[in-house]
Amino acid sequence: MLKSRSELSALREEYAKAYAAQSRRLIVCAGTGCVAGGSMKIYDRLKELLRERGLSVAVELEVDPHGDVIDLKKSGCHGFCEIGPLLRVDPEGWLYTKVQLSDCEEIIEKTIIGGEHIDRLAYKCGCNTYKKHDDIPFYKNQTHIVLDQCGTINADSIREYIAVGGYSALEKALFEMSPEAITDEIKKSNLRGRGGGGFPAGRKWEQVRRQNVEQKYVVCNGDEGDPGAFMDGSIMGGDPHRMIEGMIIAGIATGASVGYIYVRAEYPLAVERLRTAITQAEELGILGDNILGTEFSFKLNISRGAGAFVCGEGSALTASIEGKRGFPRVKPPRTTEHGLFDKPTVLNNVETFANVPLIISKGADWYLGIGTEGSPGTKAFALTGNIVNTGLIEVPMGTTLREIIFDIGGGMRDGAEFKAVQIGGPSGACLTAEHLDLPLDFDTLKKVGAMIGSGGLVVMDDKTCMVEVARFFMNFTQNESCGKCVPCREGTKRMLEILERIVAGEGRDGDIELLEELADTIVNTALCGLGKSAPNPIISTIKNFREEYEAHIYEKRCPAGACQKLKKIYIDPELCKGCSKCARQCPVDAISGKIKEPFEIDLSKCIRCGSCLDACPFKAIKEA
Amino acid sequence: MHENFDFSVTDRILADHKCAQQLIIAILQDIQEHYRYLPREVFPYLAEKLDMSEARIYSVATFYENFSLEPKGKYVIKICDGTACHVRHSLPILERFRQELGLSENKHTTDDLNFTVETVSCLGACGLAPVIMVNDDVYSAMTPEKASELIKKLKEELANA
Repeated sequence: MLKSRSELSALREEYAKAYAAQSRRLIVCAGTGCVAGGSMKIYDRLKELLRERGLSVAVELEVDPHGDVIDLKKSGCHGFCEIGPLLRVDPEGWLYTKVQLSDCEEIIEKTIIGGEHIDRLAYKCGCNTYKKHDDIPFYKNQTHIVLDQCGTINADSIREYIAVGGYSALEKALFEMSPEAITDEIKKSNLRGRGGGGFPAGRKWEQVRRQNVEQKYVVCNGDEGDPGAFMDGSIMGGDPHRMIEGMIIAGIATGASVGYIYVRAEYPLAVERLRTAITQAEELGILGDNILGTEFSFKLNISRGAGAFVCGEGSALTASIEGKRGFPRVKPPRTTEHGLFDKPTVLNNVETFANVPLIISKGADWYLGIGTEGSPGTKAFALTGNIVNTGLIEVPMGTTLREIIFDIGGGMRDGAEFKAVQIGGPSGACLTAEHLDLPLDFDTLKKVGAMIGSGGLVVMDDKTCMVEVARFFMNFTQNESCGKCVPCREGTKRMLEILERIVAGEGRDGDIELLEELADTIVNTALCGLGKSAPNPIISTIKNFREEYEAHIYEKRCPAGACQKLKKIYIDPELCKGCSKCARQCPVDAISGKIKEPFEIDLSKCIRCGSCLDACPFKAIKEA
Repeated sequence: MHENFDFSVTDRILADHKCAQQLIIAILQDIQEHYRYLPREVFPYLAEKLDMSEARIYSVATFYENFSLEPKGKYVIKICDGTACHVRHSLPILERFRQELGLSENKHTTDDLNFTVETVSCLGACGLAPVIMVNDDVYSAMTPEKASELIKKLKEELANA
């Protein structure tokens, strides 16, 4: 237990020395993606092989190692999930990609013992080979501030976090600054909520700080429910202490002594790492009673979600922590006045809290130098979809979509044409080629009817049907509508029915106008953010791709060729040999004919499942 | 009423959570982890122990997607249909799983209680889309063919168990 500031400083010095002395580091990515690719088995195998060869291995920062030690660590998400499992080799800074269990032996022999680079495992793009992590275009074009330790330090080790300067912002906040000064610094930095809304965090803190109430709370929203987004999960699992440090500082600034982290159920890895991190911090006296010997106490709890998207909404989230159904309530009063257990509550998102220690350590002026005037700092995005490089990225606010998609993302997959990018999940919008040069920040996006949302970027190519995308999102929000208010409960249902009809080829004249009217009503009358933003994907696709809706409704045609029900399948009589394989595969008996003569498909029976296409040995069945 | 039901597991879980009403979601999660669903017997029991109405516990259990009042299979297969997986064609994978196991939109669990097939909105591994999760293991870059192979492998595991 650390009892004073000087004890923590002494410990940091000791850890920093040990960290600097690590001559050989093997960093295995333990993000969700790489773990799915088997990275933990690779970690175990490397450990086993190193020990077999009589080399000493350290899996935790050792203060006094004996002789030459190889440090083997599990880090958080490196971001470039596409080419995982990833292994970083330091001090050289090499990155090995798509590492398999069978590669481990060679890595030990050649790289660890021989000091040689294995070309086969390096990242290749076109005719270039990139040995070093930092030279890869995917990383080179990013600015890592919040994510800079995800992928370099051991995600399970508070020692490494402290060694690289962790908890020094807490020290500064606790011993050098008053709660007013901390709040003012955050206000000055204009740190805006990374969960989507972009509300200034400092203003929330100020509102909570000013209330003279005994019990206040700090709550972290880690209920990252947007499909296509995984930034917060990666921060919680990759650098958990940074977010915890941000929460403790929020506690000092606002006078709260209890914090909750609400994590969605689909992130078991993040929950595990957070639990470890909290226990480690408690053991050192960084969390708990009388932190570092001061009067200040702060306790942190984890609350696991149980699968409700609406719980990402503030009042629904606090209701869920209280053990109730996740229903949002009418606002005002705001969460800052009547939040968790009806007490003043600071509620911020994971990425917002992760920014706090940086702002306190380096100052608001430093922070204001990054990003744009109205939206300082960086933003993490989950870059996914039909793009060459998918993964987790971090760029300064104001970066354009073109830079993200083509410089970092490497352009479209399989040479397809860029069609649209969906930003902000089910509450966001679809942007098109004309928006490619738009700087991404809170205010610019708002002007074009989109929002940063939680930061999911799903890139779509010309084979994606925008009406189907709209239906997909409406299906999602309709499913997740909590049912409390009528506009959302009934309105999203009606909108979904219309969209389902359109993609099934049963659209009617007037459907587009009806969708627009419903959207307008829901946006203006729904109770919470989920309902108010649910029609956004439909509004934006109608605006940008109206002709696709019209083609579906009036011509019964899907221009992207994606809608199953609008496909016409026929048998080319020239190619058909009359073998009857297709007729036997057809689940609805829509194909008939005489053996050795061309068969025919009865389109009134056909359900466009496509099984006949796969069954035909002569490629005689075609789609039109 | 349910004198045949063994409440010792429930008692242990309640003790872990200090019988706090506020922790009802965590309590239900732990019960579900043990039984793979929420047996109806636990509702009146919890209501008495936690001093809250059965209706409120039931309202929580039915509100959240993760809770199931029906028994689930030994292998719960979750097919991600988040945006990233959806645009990389996750639906044919779902179809294949259902086909292989004789399940449908309305029937999620096989009669022998070995497999449950469900969809989820996002597993947070979008970089590897399309992904699925079998119990706690994530499988990446799935195809319908890989789905068939996986079912074969899991059935073998069951046969050898």
